[in-house]
Amino acid sequence: MNGVHDMGGMQDFGPVAPEPDEPVFHADWERRAFALTLAVSAPGGWNLDMSRHARESLPPALYLSSSYYQIWLAGIERLLGEAGLVTADEIEAGRPSGPARPVARILRAEDVPATMAKGGPVDRPPQAAALFSPGDAVRARNINPQGHTRLPRYVRGHPGTIARVHGCHIFPDAHAHGLGERPQWVYSVRFSARDLWGEDAAPGDSVHVDLWEPYLDPA
Amino acid sequence: MSADHHHHDHDHLHGHAHGHEGSELSPTALRVRALESLLVEKGYVDPAALDALVDTYEHKVGPRNGARVVARAWSDPGYLERLRTDATAAIAELGFAGRQGEHMVAVENTPATHNMVVCTLCSCYPWPVLGLPPVWYKSPPYRSRAVIDPRGVLSEFGVTLSEEVSISVWDSTAEVRYLVIPMRPDGTEGMTEEALAALVTRDSMIGTGLALSPDEARKEGLLQ
Repeated sequence: MNGVHDMGGMQDFGPVAPEPDEPVFHADWERRAFALTLAVSAPGGWNLDMSRHARESLPPALYLSSSYYQIWLAGIERLLGEAGLVTADEIEAGRPSGPARPVARILRAEDVPATMAKGGPVDRPPQAAALFSPGDAVRARNINPQGHTRLPRYVRGHPGTIARVHGCHIFPDAHAHGLGERPQWVYSVRFSARDLWGEDAAPGDSVHVDLWEPYLDPA
Repeated sequence: MSADHHHHDHDHLHGHAHGHEGSELSPTALRVRALESLLVEKGYVDPAALDALVDTYEHKVGPRNGARVVARAWSDPGYLERLRTDATAAIAELGFAGRQGEHMVAVENTPATHNMVVCTLCSCYPWPVLGLPPVWYKSPPYRSRAVIDPRGVLSEFGVTLSEEVSISVWDSTAEVRYLVIPMRPDGTEGMTEEALAALVTRDSMIGTGLALSPDEARKEGLLQ
């Protein structure tokens, strides 16, 4: 989806503003919104790609005017509703109006260290040999999927070179929509800054983007 | 639309409702509190698990982890080689692994190439070695301009590189997470790993900064 979350190459957001001695959280609600986001995926049963898709599907003006944890909050509110775990009325009221749904699993405090240490590796056994090898010339496909994708607009249609083969990973374009993992090879693709941005870019500069095989054509 | 709802939208439109804690909670803070109590009451969330998650990422996991990886790489050629071959395994040797660090790649700065990491699509960041990302990393100015104007962005961090140095930006669009290995500063021969780690700033491992010289680290009270 060509959304406002796909920001690479935009120029009108102003300077970066590093904050000296920045705290991890700026308010107590950020702590809770962060932790809630991690914890509710257990009963919710959704995956990281679905979470990302929920956030980037927010109305564009809302996305751009929200702080990052406000975006996370809006994302889980949407997912909780879609999963039928809570109703919109319950979110507004802050208390249950009906019974809880049975859920497969909830995250218990004693399981937090092991769950976070384990993480969620996305590498899967390949179903076919990788189509590309380091040094191969490729071109990012010019596609505009309506659904979730991790192919940023700023590389579409541009030539690049395979820099590295990362492995065979879950394909987010399918996984975000409940269509299974459909693993695909992922490559680090090197794009020259001049190919992406024109002659004003420094000649030696480059951008490496991690792209799944279905995003690429041989060049 | 309820009054609460209106305020919620208002809060969004003005964004960055930081620092509104105190006796009066912001509309967003109230909404988060209400959501937490709803989810706890429904039995979907264990509040002690939330406390444990916050404690982990506020107090236990942070950029000092990454600094240890860099200091080891500077000190031990065998370790550097393992980091090049399989960064996930090499980082796990020091006890750092897990969520948002499942597939790690280390990118080394050299006199010819400077590396800088971004996530243009969201906020992907190597949690086990750097902790949670700073606000600027997740914000539109950095996400948009790191790829098109990396030298301009670096200047906003006070970093100017010679035109002979090529910049390589790494956009974390997949589940691979990047750790920049900054160049070891001059005048650090014979320093212990622990002292070297004090030179390694968070920004130097994102690529928006350089490692500190021993003098700079002393000035900031990071080194004796």
